[in-house]
Amino acid sequence: MFSHEARLKRQAVFDLLFRSLTRVSAFGVLALLVAIIFSLLVGSMPAIHAFGFGFLASSDWDPVNDKFGALIPIIGTLITSGIALLIAIPVSFGIAIFLTELSPRILRRPLGIAIELLAGIPSIIYGMWGLFVFAPLFADYVEPWLNKHIGTLPYIGPFFSGPPMGIGMLTAGIILAIMVIPFIASVMRDVFDVVPAMLKESAYGLGATTWEVMWQVVLPYTKVGVAGGIMLGLGRALGETMAITFVIGNAHELSKSLLMPGNSISSALANEFTEAVGDLYTSSLIELGLILFFITFVVLSLARYMLYKLGQLEGQAA
Amino acid sequence: MNIESIANPKITIKDLNFYYGNFRALKDINLSIAEKMVTAFIGPSGCGKSTLLRTFNRMYQLYPKQKATGEIMLDGANILDSKQDLNMLRAKIGMVFQKPTPFPMSIYDNIAFGVKLYENLNKHDMEARVEWALRKAALWTEVKDKLKQSGTGLSGGQQQRLCIARAIAVKPQVLLLDEPTSSLDPISTAHIEKLIDELKEDFTIVIVTHNMQQAARISDYTAYMYLGDLIELGETSAVFTNPKRKETEDYITGRFG
Repeated sequence: MFSHEARLKRQAVFDLLFRSLTRVSAFGVLALLVAIIFSLLVGSMPAIHAFGFGFLASSDWDPVNDKFGALIPIIGTLITSGIALLIAIPVSFGIAIFLTELSPRILRRPLGIAIELLAGIPSIIYGMWGLFVFAPLFADYVEPWLNKHIGTLPYIGPFFSGPPMGIGMLTAGIILAIMVIPFIASVMRDVFDVVPAMLKESAYGLGATTWEVMWQVVLPYTKVGVAGGIMLGLGRALGETMAITFVIGNAHELSKSLLMPGNSISSALANEFTEAVGDLYTSSLIELGLILFFITFVVLSLARYMLYKLGQLEGQAA
Repeated sequence: MNIESIANPKITIKDLNFYYGNFRALKDINLSIAEKMVTAFIGPSGCGKSTLLRTFNRMYQLYPKQKATGEIMLDGANILDSKQDLNMLRAKIGMVFQKPTPFPMSIYDNIAFGVKLYENLNKHDMEARVEWALRKAALWTEVKDKLKQSGTGLSGGQQQRLCIARAIAVKPQVLLLDEPTSSLDPISTAHIEKLIDELKEDFTIVIVTHNMQQAARISDYTAYMYLGDLIELGETSAVFTNPKRKETEDYITGRFG
């Protein structure tokens, strides 16, 4: 009897311990998040005091005269991520359709594993490959073609003209696309895989083609998961540092052309932190970090909000 | 009863065999489906009744390693012929499944989905078609004020009638029903059964059912299948009151299955 009670007591103590441990872990994450935001804020105070909101709109980056502005890296980050998604979303959709619907069964596993391995390649390797292999080829073959055929068009022409250097915003966007495709494609494949066979058969049974089934039935059915995959890719694209640093050119110059070098927030941070002399320089870099944090937060929240609104619209309809 | 004795066959099956890989799931099936009648396939699980139904619109072709040999004649053409255009075949033969499968879109778009694949109707004609299909499926009065709302928000029985409306909106000639009431409550089941009785004025209906009473209530002809063989086909009243084969009698009297 006594040993039984003792055991019960021991279990209760253990349970309490376990519960506290999980709680500490969960709140620890929150505390860490707050601490990071706080230290970023404190660190960027000098720059915020010196430049105010003008920091966001200024394209200055002059360490000698202590004049700093975040416009160029902000634009660089947004544009390279935008290009990456523009390329990666349709390609990933195609990969996921092939893997779930069209591929012969024996090819599914090897192809799926290959795509997952692509996600595991360290980003510095993408950067090196981008700089030594992709950029020269891009400069020799693709950029001259872009110059000649698209650079002369009205409206979009200016975005694609300029010296074919290989490195630049477009190259960075393409490398980023290659890096995020595995993430988006494998999430899309996973969510397409769980669509009930009967739902697809219903659409096929009406005489729909594979494209019609995927585009009109499977995609709407899985939109939350697909959007989640895209957000995962976007999150990676916004914060990617090493690969971008190699191929973006790291020039604090504002240019219309996507073929020209630019800079992104993360690659500015990686390149300049070691050589940042003076409080204002360091502080400006920390504020860049804060801005990146903010952009990521806003983009992800917007995506959540959009999904929530979509869900609400349907809920209302139901 | 042999296949010649069905007066007005819409579909005639000759020597149909079906294979899942090396497993022979249907064995030399010979059978006719009477036009504008209800034919029910009954039998214990795994007897091949759903498999047989899925050869009519070649649904099995979505999956590798499944194949059918023999002849399924519809309007003088062999459904199993590799030259048969699948999309056109499926315009002629609609299908409804065990569970309701509304598409993730509005009620209106659910119905219009199939129609848009074949016909280019203007807005007015499409609205008329949607209303026609929903009326045929006895769903119009329940949903006419919420056509823009999502089809997934309806009750299970309404969803299944939506799926029937979606299938008939394309104006098929044959309607395949694969255990259409197996996931529904008794009241919804009664709705669907009444509907099937009305739909046979316009469509040839083939229904697979687990439920013998259902087959007895709604079908004109009943086919009893067992382990891939067609054991008996006859007028439903005859099959249930005076089965010719001992196996059929054992099944319908509940001695096994």
